[in-house]
Amino acid sequence: MERIPILRMGNFLLVTIQVDMHDQLAMTLQDDLTNAIANYGSRGVLIDISSLEIVDSFIGRMLANISGMARILDAQTVLVGMQPAVAITLVELGMSMPGVKTALNVEAGMDLLRELVSAHRMETGDDDSEV
Amino acid sequence: MTTLKSESVDIAGPTDVVILRQKVRAWSIELKFSLVDQTKMITASSELARNTLDHGGGGRCLMEMVSNGARSGLRLTFEDHGPGIPDIDLALKDGYSTGNGMGLGLSGSKRLVNEFQIASKVGEGTRICVVRWK
Ligand SMILES: Nc1ncnc2c1ncn2[C@@H]1O[C@H](COP(=O)(O)OP(=O)(O)OP(=O)(O)O)[C@@H](O)[C@H]1O
Ligand SMILES: [Mg+2]
Repeated sequence: MERIPILRMGNFLLVTIQVDMHDQLAMTLQDDLTNAIANYGSRGVLIDISSLEIVDSFIGRMLANISGMARILDAQTVLVGMQPAVAITLVELGMSMPGVKTALNVEAGMDLLRELVSAHRMETGDDDSEV
Repeated sequence: MTTLKSESVDIAGPTDVVILRQKVRAWSIELKFSLVDQTKMITASSELARNTLDHGGGGRCLMEMVSNGARSGLRLTFEDHGPGIPDIDLALKDGYSTGNGMGLGLSGSKRLVNEFQIASKVGEGTRICVVRWK
């Protein structure tokens, strides 16, 4: 079966979406990511969408769902690389993705993710592992 | 309005939505749409094709490159023989969905195009025609 690969780097999961996903593929990614967070006890998820030419209501909802489910599983999510034309179109479409954290590129996204994870750890007083 | 070229695309499964998006992209580039306009038209086509598939039980999209003398544009006509829409005004409200969607497909795609026409009859089907001008 066709799948978007999920890379594991320590406590983080990295996903680069490089193909124009049909809806089923997007749903599979949502399930795979949720399972991976639970299985590996991941603390952060970075999703790179710089190659995506559009984000419609379906993909937007999937990205918001991933971020919401990750939060329930005690992980932070950062979305990186959204093209300006995509962002403009999303706003006009009426999509807001509440609670979804974004950064300009992978580097800035990784910095933000590390910050979010350590801030979250301070809050919950959980400092048993290193990033 | 004159039609410069046209093509009919079947919408019978999720991969057809992807195929249509790619064709709309290619035609938008051929029409020299700006990147933002390309993105808007591809996004609108994706929303309407998904509705044709999920709510209309499948159908087709007629793609037309059109000219009104002064301007050229891309016209997309989505047609299905599904259940139809009982209350079009309601369906066009932001957030209204009979499924588990966000209810943004119809209202949102209307905002992304220059012209939007919808005709629907319960038990017969739905036809939606949109145009984006260069
Ligand atoms: N081709 C169609 N045939 C029958 N009903 C339709 C069709 N297109 C839209 N509808 C109806 O209009 C409603 C609103 O459509 P819209 O695309 O805005 O929302 P959605 O598809 O439910 O969710 P979203 O597109 O945000 O994922 C749908 O829930 C459905 O009831
Ligand atoms: Mg829809």
